[in-house]
Amino acid sequence: MSSKEIDDVSGTETTGHEWDGIKELNTPLPRWWLWTFYATIVWAIGYMVLYPAIPLVTGSTKGVLGYSSRADVAREIAEAKTGMAGLLDKVGSMALEDIRKDPDLFQFAVAGGRSAFSVNCVQCHGSGAAGGKGYPNLNDDEWLWGGSLDAIHTTLVHGIRFEGDDDTRVSDMPAFGRDGVLDTAQIDDVAEHVLALSGQEHDQAAAERGTAIFEENCAACHGAQGEGIADVGAPALSNAISLYGGDKASIVETVTNARRGVMPAWGRRLDDATLKQLAVYVHSLGGGQ
Amino acid sequence: MTIVHDSVERIDVEAVNRKETRSLYEARVKIFPRRGYGSFRTLKWWVMAVTLAIYYVTPWLRWDRGPHAPDQAVLVDLANRRFYFFFIEIWPQEFYYVAGLLIMAGVGLFLVTSTVGRAWCGYTCPQTVWVDLFLVVERFIEGDRNARIKLDKAPWTFDKIRKQVAKHALWILIAMSTGGAWIFYFADAPTLALDFIRFEAPAVAYTTVGILTATTYVLAGFMREQVCTYMCPWPRIQAAMLDEDSLTVTYNDWRGEPRSRHHKRQEQAGVAVGDCVDCNACVAVCPQGIDIRDGQQLECITCALCIDACDTIMDKVGKPRGLISYSTLTDYASNKAGKPAPTTWRSFIRPRTVVYVAVWSVVGLAMLAVLLTRSRLDVNVLHDRNPVFVQLADGSVRNGYTVKILNMLPEPRTFRLAIDGLPGATMTRAGSDAADAAVIDVPVDPDTVGSMKIYVRAEPAGLAAVRSSFTFQVTEIGGRGEAASYEANFEVPGGGK
Repeated sequence: MSSKEIDDVSGTETTGHEWDGIKELNTPLPRWWLWTFYATIVWAIGYMVLYPAIPLVTGSTKGVLGYSSRADVAREIAEAKTGMAGLLDKVGSMALEDIRKDPDLFQFAVAGGRSAFSVNCVQCHGSGAAGGKGYPNLNDDEWLWGGSLDAIHTTLVHGIRFEGDDDTRVSDMPAFGRDGVLDTAQIDDVAEHVLALSGQEHDQAAAERGTAIFEENCAACHGAQGEGIADVGAPALSNAISLYGGDKASIVETVTNARRGVMPAWGRRLDDATLKQLAVYVHSLGGGQ
Repeated sequence: MTIVHDSVERIDVEAVNRKETRSLYEARVKIFPRRGYGSFRTLKWWVMAVTLAIYYVTPWLRWDRGPHAPDQAVLVDLANRRFYFFFIEIWPQEFYYVAGLLIMAGVGLFLVTSTVGRAWCGYTCPQTVWVDLFLVVERFIEGDRNARIKLDKAPWTFDKIRKQVAKHALWILIAMSTGGAWIFYFADAPTLALDFIRFEAPAVAYTTVGILTATTYVLAGFMREQVCTYMCPWPRIQAAMLDEDSLTVTYNDWRGEPRSRHHKRQEQAGVAVGDCVDCNACVAVCPQGIDIRDGQQLECITCALCIDACDTIMDKVGKPRGLISYSTLTDYASNKAGKPAPTTWRSFIRPRTVVYVAVWSVVGLAMLAVLLTRSRLDVNVLHDRNPVFVQLADGSVRNGYTVKILNMLPEPRTFRLAIDGLPGATMTRAGSDAADAAVIDVPVDPDTVGSMKIYVRAEPAGLAAVRSSFTFQVTEIGGRGEAASYEANFEVPGGGK
């Protein structure tokens, strides 16, 4: 290029570029801007030396400081664990009822239980522990296997109908229809009787016919009035809660084919303290006995 | 120096911030204000003493609030989100009091500016006060104006280094105590002071002190008038606040001009001269580096030091005081036309000042009324969403609520929680072994939010709809008998049917 051209009006050098007679001024960058820019370059070089920065095929450069955000997380988790160690030990060694009575431990156990619940239990019981068809609502006051702290803890540790745990809770309702114990008419009658037991609309004559069938086939586990027996895991039929639905069709289905819900034995998956925290948490949901 | 009058020396000074000599991009020209004497200077000393005393002493004042609250009279407890001001305690949700105070401060500033001009800038603004304080140090170590100019131009001798080190050391000391006092407003002052010295205070305390030390040192030691001229928005806003009846520092040119350094000679020669002897005393004392004789200007903070300086000179040359004076534009125009100044105290009462006073009083009285009648109890209720309701075995339905009772008094209180509008409903507190009851009593710790899970049980048969509204009633047992309520919903199954 030839010598620098100076714009007459502004006195600034031009770039020499011209469009329709308009020339672009070559206004220099403000000093402060330029120096800030240089400073960012220096900063970036320093940063690349000190910290992981340049991506490689597998991983990246490590940086002089050897910093890693994963290490940060690991350290924070370790710190949190150390911080909780005392409380966790206490929860692990104390009786469930004592944990519940100690306000600090109770709060700690409920918080820990809630977090363990959201990892392990919500898949079936729901995030609010409200369950669904076939999965018990843990907020209510109906318990298949008992709602005391110890009963809940046992259920948690050994599970229900869980193969591989000898102490698992097992109850086996016969499939009255499928196995040919009762015929369709009998099942219909006994279903009407169950509707009567739980105070729902029912066919009086059929229900009365079903009374004898109930006493013969059902009362042994569910009780004469359908009040249920928690020791054998037989649910109460006389109340407003039905795990698999309390309408006629659901009852007929249950009597015909029986139900066999399964819950894992968490004793083999979770440590003692966590299991206790879970028991305290579930007990605290409003239905604990 | 040229002798211009029998007894008045002419000071060799240029107004560095004069409009004509000011460019948009230029390094700051140092200003060496001369020590002033006079009634306004005395007033400024007093204002400085009082404002600094308020700033430094306030955090150390104690105020007994009983065993459950801090005893610091003024405390901004950020960690616990409480603000204490003597007998007033403010919770975060009562922050509108602070908003009200800010409105009052704003309107108050309008009122002051519309009547006595930029009195805030000239007397009470922290920037003005601290610059004044820094100037005291500067003058104490380096001497008055001429000595300082001489020292500034002098080569770096041992004496200059010694003086500079002493000056900056004292400045930094003042700056540190400025930042140091600030943090005491945010924690118990004696405890924090001890922790601070032992290096056991929180890092944020040291950071705050560090930042405020730096800003004080730079703003009051080096930037000074530049803060007012370039950084502060207030001088710009003032223009809208001032009117022809507001007091401003005015050079009465109708009296002073034509100025002359050779009064006697010219008078003898029969040339008309004004009262201004062009001694530049007004320029020499000005901390803003302006010449008031150029008229009203943005840079002038109306500190009135030029009035003091000029009055001294007028006394000396035997002319009446007030060549530079606090005047309104009305006075000035009237005087210029040869009439007496019409301003009396009545000029302060004009529609706008009346409106300012009215707004200020209304906001103030409203805040006072709210403050005196405010409740120290509040209740918030959150309905559980998951699950919304729980079907119980006996056919009744349970809803869970997180009830938060705000006990805003620094004493433990017990409240009775009751349900209104839900027939036959009973409740229990989660974690409690007590049976369901129609009312339950809950203790809440002093000055805290008592948060509890409450299970409410009701028969759906007794309810009119799937969703029923009811209220949680909270009443204090004993004490002031305060009450609060919160409307909540009770839901039963059936919504989907």
